[in-house]
Amino acid sequence: MAVEGKTIDALSQFELTHVAAGFTNSNLYMLIGGVAISALMVLGMQKRARVPGRLQSLAEVSYEFIYNMVDEQVGREGRKFFPFVFTLFMFVLFGNLLGMLPYAFTFTSHIAVTFTLALVVFILVTAVALAIHGTKFFSYFFPEGAPIALAPIIIPVEIISYLSRVVSLSVRLFANMVAGHVMLKVFATFVVLLGSLGVIGIIGAAAPLALNVALVGFEFLVAFLQAYVFAILTCIYLHDAVHLH
Amino acid sequence: MPQLEFANPLILTQVLWLLVIFGALYVLISKVALPPVAQVLADREAAIAADLEAARALKAEADAAIAAQEKAAAKARAEAQAALRQAVDAAKAEAAKAEASLGERLAADLAAAEARIEAAKTQALGAIRSIAAEAAAEATAKLTGTTPEPGAVVAAVDAAIASSGKGR
Repeated sequence: MAVEGKTIDALSQFELTHVAAGFTNSNLYMLIGGVAISALMVLGMQKRARVPGRLQSLAEVSYEFIYNMVDEQVGREGRKFFPFVFTLFMFVLFGNLLGMLPYAFTFTSHIAVTFTLALVVFILVTAVALAIHGTKFFSYFFPEGAPIALAPIIIPVEIISYLSRVVSLSVRLFANMVAGHVMLKVFATFVVLLGSLGVIGIIGAAAPLALNVALVGFEFLVAFLQAYVFAILTCIYLHDAVHLH
Repeated sequence: MPQLEFANPLILTQVLWLLVIFGALYVLISKVALPPVAQVLADREAAIAADLEAARALKAEADAAIAAQEKAAAKARAEAQAALRQAVDAAKAEAAKAEASLGERLAADLAAAEARIEAAKTQALGAIRSIAAEAAAEATAKLTGTTPEPGAVVAAVDAAIASSGKGR
């Protein structure tokens, strides 16, 4: 990438820059996202109208979407985790969507960020499981009825699969966002490079431009879908923690 | 890849600020943003349920009113029909009575007229008998020159009348 980096620079968009006190451009967009979420919820619900307006509808739809997700996936006991899942979903969704703005920084394209969020989910899920089931929680790693002789194989496999939740949760979001933004940047660079070659180049640039238009639409889908996946997997893990299968 | 350059201290500070921002957002969302939404949704649900309940009550009321109205209409119709039937029956009886009395009167009139006709006929026949007897006596006297015995003339006339009356 070092040589190509001079012509097609797809990765500089992920570069962190320092603002102040360790606060980076990534954190700036987290702050913008947080303010936007708060504004949506607080300003949207300001009127508390019985017949909601557009902003209030958006706030209510977000609320009911996550509320129903938590209710269906975790059940009645899951309601106390609803604010957490809601915050998580909105934070990831706004991070993904803000990244679609030109010149914006996509903080969900940083593995450190997604891993931290996944770790928060993992710690919460494990703490909830331990709080509800105590030491019985460890029976989760050895399914009931399995032959004792297989324990040396089953238990490590179960533990690894449990720990790998953090990795799969974080890498899925990180990889999706990075891949999407790299593709957008690469095709956009094609457009610019071909466009500088004169008339034939401008005609040739139409193809990557058309592709990029389609990719932008696709990226909006991915932005929503990955936030949804992150939230619903959190719900499924919470279900496991509450019910232990 | 800048995301994997973990030697960069900004990666760590980014995570620390992430925790601060996410934590603050969680508190803000759970304490400030979500309760009003829950309140509004609950209020709306309650209002809709109350409205539905009121509508159901009003519909039951309307149904009862319609039933009462229909019952009253049916009763009025039955009453009207009964009254009509009674009136028709009375009129029919009256008409029959009138017809009967009229028939009686007509029969009486007829009988009286027949009696009058009979009397007139008898009277006329009597007059004819005496005139015919006189005429017969005069005719006999003129033709024969002899005055017939009155009894014989009367008897002959009576016989003639009787035979002509039979022929009638």
